[in-house]
Amino acid sequence: MSASSRPLAIDARGVRRVYKAKPKPIVALDGVDLQVEPGELFGLLGPNGAGKTTLIKILTTLLLPTSGTAHVFGFNVAHQTGELRRIMNIVSGGEQSGYGLLHVREQLWMFSQFYGLGVREGWHRVEQLIEAVGLTEQRLQKVSSLSTGQRQKLNLARGLLNDPWILFLDEPTLGLDVSAARQTRELVQQWQQALPGRTILLTSHYMAEVDELCDRVAIVDRGRILAIGTSAELKRRVQRESIFLLEVDRLPAGIQALAALPGVLSAVEPTAQDLGGAADRQTVSVKLTLADDAALGGVVAELGRMGASIVALAKSEPTLEDVFVELVGRGFAEREQEADDTDDRASDGGGRGDLLAPADDSATPADGYVSQEPVETAR
Amino acid sequence: MSAPPSPFVFRRTDSPQQAAAWDRTRALVTNLRSVYGRAYPRLIGARREPSWLLFEILLPFLTTSAFVFVYRALDAPSEFIGFVVLGGAMTAFWLNILWMMAAQLYWERDQGNLELYFTAPISMMSILFGMAIGGLFMSGTRALVVLIVGATLYGVTFAVDQWLLLLAVFLLTMGALYGLGMVLASFFLLSGREAWHLSQGLQEPVYFVSGLNFPVGRLGLLGALAISTIPLAVGLDAMRQLAFVGSEHVYGVLPAWAEALILLAMAALFISLARWMLRHIERLARVEGKLTMKGT
Repeated sequence: MSASSRPLAIDARGVRRVYKAKPKPIVALDGVDLQVEPGELFGLLGPNGAGKTTLIKILTTLLLPTSGTAHVFGFNVAHQTGELRRIMNIVSGGEQSGYGLLHVREQLWMFSQFYGLGVREGWHRVEQLIEAVGLTEQRLQKVSSLSTGQRQKLNLARGLLNDPWILFLDEPTLGLDVSAARQTRELVQQWQQALPGRTILLTSHYMAEVDELCDRVAIVDRGRILAIGTSAELKRRVQRESIFLLEVDRLPAGIQALAALPGVLSAVEPTAQDLGGAADRQTVSVKLTLADDAALGGVVAELGRMGASIVALAKSEPTLEDVFVELVGRGFAEREQEADDTDDRASDGGGRGDLLAPADDSATPADGYVSQEPVETAR
Repeated sequence: MSAPPSPFVFRRTDSPQQAAAWDRTRALVTNLRSVYGRAYPRLIGARREPSWLLFEILLPFLTTSAFVFVYRALDAPSEFIGFVVLGGAMTAFWLNILWMMAAQLYWERDQGNLELYFTAPISMMSILFGMAIGGLFMSGTRALVVLIVGATLYGVTFAVDQWLLLLAVFLLTMGALYGLGMVLASFFLLSGREAWHLSQGLQEPVYFVSGLNFPVGRLGLLGALAISTIPLAVGLDAMRQLAFVGSEHVYGVLPAWAEALILLAMAALFISLARWMLRHIERLARVEGKLTMKGT
């Protein structure tokens, strides 16, 4: 419970989840402690195989923890599934749920019935959401004909049908182009901000997305939470100094003149990577490392004395990937490759039979459609 | 001026606890709505994809017609034509059970629907009932067309004394058949990718032992065994007795009323078993991690 005795939106304590597999069990979660306040947009950031989806499955009642406890708004995920399912919803990236032959509005209406909306109330709600997510033109289009971005808007609308108090978003922008991903993020923010108390748990391995959206972030790897904090707090872990990229029209006394100033730890010519490919040969660029931000005043004063004009000044911040590298010792890509190798070995030895998981080698369903597109058989 | 209502605010509640506090009536109504919701794609599908008229009615009707011509060539008693037409009509239901009930949860899993059904505040039995009702509507339409067209085209004369009992037997047959479909749906889900083969494997043998094209009583011990285990066999045997009263070729295994009781018991058994199996599956999935997706 929080200080005001309101239940936490998420309260997981010592959650461990082990999957049976050969040659040895896979520990997907290894003693996760996580507390999320109501109203937070909380991000779980980690490479594939880190344990993010397993944690979401546990919190959405699809999976039991091997040990430990988890509560969502005070409801025990193991025993109070009925209550919890009334106040939550889940949307996954690349989701192909529903039936391809239904129109967009029919599909949403069908799902509205699973949350107890009346027939007319359901249609009204569907029309509201279709407009809100920008699918008005597609409302009478078959679900099977939607683009990936439209499809994800539909999925998001489905997730909002019951006005959940907590929304679980599992890689919601997976496979979307830049524009569709941005629209999805905007919709998520609009929904959350429409009422206080709405909580979102977002998993992603897109660092910029987590950085942009989330109030707080947990960095997850190998089933453990390595660090929790706001994005800024996490970045401060890896950056003790202030780094600025300075661009001036000229620097008659040279870069070394700046390096000698009090509070300036170093002043060097930035690399192409530092400049992001935006180097301008008409100006002089300097990468300044300062003991703290206050030292910048002295630098600006000195530039004034030199008669140099500042063209651009930007503070350089570490990314969440830098934080991950600091914590794990390697980047996302290397870590994902490692996880893939482990999974391959596990599945070679028998793996785990996923009862609800989409099969890798989908057989042809009854109506002759290959099940890449959701279709309701018409037999 | 007040701000326009946000599309993102719908059923405003003061707290999650208030939102989760449903009484029994609301839970029941939600489950009933879910039945209709899940039946909806099948009700819509029947008219949205007219190709089913060809695949579901015309092609199977050719098989029925083939048996009619064989019986005619053999100078079989005229009731046999009626037996075949009735059997042809009932074929629709068994096909529906196999491909749209038994194998359905497996396809639902592939599409990602199963997870959404499990995380919705409803019983999975509502989903299965919805599938059954939608399927019953589609198959019922096909069966009716085959029955009317077949009877008209081949001059079948029905002799019915007890219309109510006939209707009751038909409904009980449907209850038992779709109850069996629900059981098979759970079973097929557990059997994973073998579901496709199981459906194929069960199709023709059941047609045969159910006596779709001949009286099941002719199968002797095998027929009796079918009567005690396969709803289609019992239902068809009882319906033939009730629809061709006075015929000496029906070879009813048991009196129609006794078969109605068997169907009643089967319906109760299969539906209870389906309920148990769904709970078992959910437990298995949650405990053993078999509800999880590939990613961790």
